[in-house]
Amino acid sequence: MPIDTTTRTIEIECLRYDPQTDTEPHFSSYQVPFSDDMSVLEGLQYIKDQLDGSLTFRWSCRMAICGSCGQEVNGVPVLSCHTFLRDYFPHKLRIEPLNNFPIIRDLVIDQNDFLDKLESVKPYLVTKLEKPLAAGPHLQTPQQLNRYYAYSQCINCLLCYAACPQYGLNSDFTGPAALALLHRYNADSRDQGWQVRAEVINADAGVWGCTLVGYCSEVCPKAVDPAHAINQNKVNSAMDFFGVLKLMNKGGTE
Amino acid sequence: MEVIKVDIVVVGGGGAGLRAAIAAHVADPQLKVALVSKVVPMRSHTVAAEGGSAGVIRSDDSLANHFDDTVSGGDWLCDQDAVQYFVEHCTAEMVQLEHWGCPWSRKDDGSINVRFFGGMKVQRTWFAADKTGFHILHTLFQTSLKYPAIQRFDEFFVVDLVVEDGRVRGVLAIEIATGARFLLESKAVILCTGGAGRVYRQNTNAGIVTGDGMGMAYRHGVALRDMEFVQYHPTALAGSGILITEGCRGEGGILTNKHGYRYLQDYGLGPLDPWPRPKAMELGPRDRLSQAFWHEEQKGNTIGSPHGHVVHLDLRHLGAKKIHERLPLITEVAKTFAGINPVTHPIPVRPAAHYTMGGIASNRHTETSLAGLYVAGECSSVGIHGANRLGSNSLAEIVVFGKVAGERAAAYVRDVPEAGSRTIRQQAEAAEQRVLELMGGDRGERIATLRNEMGDSMEAGIGIFRSASGMQATCDKLAQLRERYHAGIRLDDHSLSFNTEWLTAIELGSMLEVAEAVAHSALQRKESRGAHVRLDDYQTRDDENFLKHSLATRNGDDPPHIGYAPVAITTSPPKTRSYGGAGQQVVLT
Ligand SMILES: Cc1cc2nc3c(=O)[nH]c(=O)nc-3n(C[C@H](O)[C@H](O)[C@H](O)COP(=O)(O)OP(=O)(O)OC[C@H]3O[C@@H](n4cnc5c(N)ncnc54)[C@H](O)[C@@H]3O)c2cc1C
Ligand code: SF4
Ligand code: FES
Repeated sequence: MPIDTTTRTIEIECLRYDPQTDTEPHFSSYQVPFSDDMSVLEGLQYIKDQLDGSLTFRWSCRMAICGSCGQEVNGVPVLSCHTFLRDYFPHKLRIEPLNNFPIIRDLVIDQNDFLDKLESVKPYLVTKLEKPLAAGPHLQTPQQLNRYYAYSQCINCLLCYAACPQYGLNSDFTGPAALALLHRYNADSRDQGWQVRAEVINADAGVWGCTLVGYCSEVCPKAVDPAHAINQNKVNSAMDFFGVLKLMNKGGTE
Repeated sequence: MEVIKVDIVVVGGGGAGLRAAIAAHVADPQLKVALVSKVVPMRSHTVAAEGGSAGVIRSDDSLANHFDDTVSGGDWLCDQDAVQYFVEHCTAEMVQLEHWGCPWSRKDDGSINVRFFGGMKVQRTWFAADKTGFHILHTLFQTSLKYPAIQRFDEFFVVDLVVEDGRVRGVLAIEIATGARFLLESKAVILCTGGAGRVYRQNTNAGIVTGDGMGMAYRHGVALRDMEFVQYHPTALAGSGILITEGCRGEGGILTNKHGYRYLQDYGLGPLDPWPRPKAMELGPRDRLSQAFWHEEQKGNTIGSPHGHVVHLDLRHLGAKKIHERLPLITEVAKTFAGINPVTHPIPVRPAAHYTMGGIASNRHTETSLAGLYVAGECSSVGIHGANRLGSNSLAEIVVFGKVAGERAAAYVRDVPEAGSRTIRQQAEAAEQRVLELMGGDRGERIATLRNEMGDSMEAGIGIFRSASGMQATCDKLAQLRERYHAGIRLDDHSLSFNTEWLTAIELGSMLEVAEAVAHSALQRKESRGAHVRLDDYQTRDDENFLKHSLATRNGDDPPHIGYAPVAITTSPPKTRSYGGAGQQVVLT
């Protein structure tokens, strides 16, 4: 079932905005020859290499693992390297920067707010005693690993933030990916940091900011299911409120 | 131009850079450490590594085994003192990553699981499913957030080093979002800028792997060592070059030609049975496997495809459960990018340029010939890979030597006397002027034209097999491309905000210089060794004349000067490199 590589032409419309010269964003439209194995990213690269070198977008790995190339294609947040032109033909594509973030230039958004949020959830193992290297690795059974493994798959692509209506309304909300990562560490059998992270969870901007729309999990290219992680932590947060977790002396449900 | 003073500038936020920054900070928390990267660290190319990272852990393995596999894998061009240090420290670094939260794959009893990798006698490759680099990078990045004192400069593009009185004194960087220039003045610089795979057209590397750091060091007179040794990975998707991990073969995947025949047995990697058997057939080293493909293609035994000829990587016999559990990323990649479900169909693959064994010359302490300049990771040549890197040694390298670089730089900064800064600012301004002129270019050829011609020429002349005439043609072509580059390239984008076309133009400058170092080092090496295999008069290894490192130094506008330096041989004198043959069958866990 090899892919068809005959060439057709598709129209790609891109949002353009240069803060140095533009007061308002506008759109430019390009005719792009494509074959069935070409991703949307390759379409953008074709434009940049051959038609208009000023079109600006981020990319790097072109294999859906670095998280650089998130874009809105026809209003849906996707990884452009992992979305194919063939799936839009014969219609045109309208490519815009991810929703809910300030635009730096064309399709490039400002990701600093997310980086701050990521830092705020203390996304690293917190342990009471530091284990010396000579003591070797911790034991962790495949079952224990599976309790957090899905949440460790996040590539920080920010599609979930672009999809999140809460974040759109109030950018103080810690948001799906950061909360999923918070849960990833809380659910790790090697971690003892749930108490220091509880503050983030319980704050208004923490899990309670989420109104359970669930669109974040739908758009996630890595099946992280941030909505589920947030929900789990609502249970934990409520238990924390009633002091149950302290009695159980552990990180709550996993 | 804004000036920021720090103690150490780490350029690069991949595995090597993050490890170096953490090590420098932990060594001396008072130091001001700047971590500068042209992408946010977790987007660095380390993220794409799939298979795993080496570290002796099984009771039937030993440091001596790891040493032997590495030295013979490198066809005796490794510095054995560096290899010794390396194998002694891999496992501790893997454990360190575990303590920092890396989700290593486990056995049922909760202990670490290790898998086979090509060219390794014993299972020794730590893995986190088939996303090892991803997990290592995110673990390191997230752990680095524990140390807010490490000052990050995300999406800052470093253009040049600043050197005064024979000491490196900082870097000039562009803040990508605004185009503003920054002089980061420092006492030491650690380059962790990754490889240069993008000088080839079909390659497995991310778009950012453009040899910038190599170019910078080279322009300041530091030699690039062993650049002729470029590893082709035998299994990439045709066209895009997206990698299908060696882990597939480590799990028992087989390679077949158009007749369904396991052709590797015809190229000194057989016999077929007993299978699986370490260092034989599909578990042979990468250079041999890529060469076998080339021969099969010549014989007409490969399979035509729109993006060139392919062979089949067949996983079907592993069964759906094992494929999904052990190779989830590859299953996904094959489905999306090749339209193939590996449970039911073989994956069409071909070799693609993958890894630069050579790099900025350093000793095993990561020190270069320029005082204050340290290097680690794929941009460096610390001496462990020789003429052919073993899979899973480079993820280990980035943490082992990243740490060394961080600690060494921290110690250097403590001891080095204060220095004035007479010319630093002028140097930075001169560098700034050069790149601004590049941005102004509105006449000449397009970047993509030059880049594609370079990539095609490298593939044609400095590919899996080489000959004097082919290499010479590439050398000539590169000289011509360099002239065309200097004659002027045309940019459509003259804005200062997030001008990626401008950055690409700067990268192309480095790539052209690095490519020349590769091509000329190759042309001068009149023997065949590891990844450098000639089809002309020099088809065998020549220890008498070429058991030595090549050193390419910049020579103004002329081609690089190629010199040589001895190889450190401690306990393992050169032997024949042998794979296949008799051996014990093993159980793949
Ligand atoms: C697809 C693939 C799979 C691989 N799989 C394996 C494997 O299974 N096992 C293994 O051992 N090895 C593997 N490798 C090799 C290994 O991944 C790399 O050698 C290693 O990750 C390189 O790490 P690094 O830190 O040196 O560089 P990188 O991770 O490439 O990081 C380079 C950094 O430098 C920065 N940088 C570069 N230039 C500039 C500049 N001008 N200004 C500012 N910053 C700059 C970048 O932003 C980036 O942060 C694989 C490689 C590929 C391509
Ligand atoms: S949770 Fe999913 S969508 Fe959100 S950043 Fe992570 S990988 Fe992307
Ligand atoms: S380019 Fe890396 S995720 Fe798309």
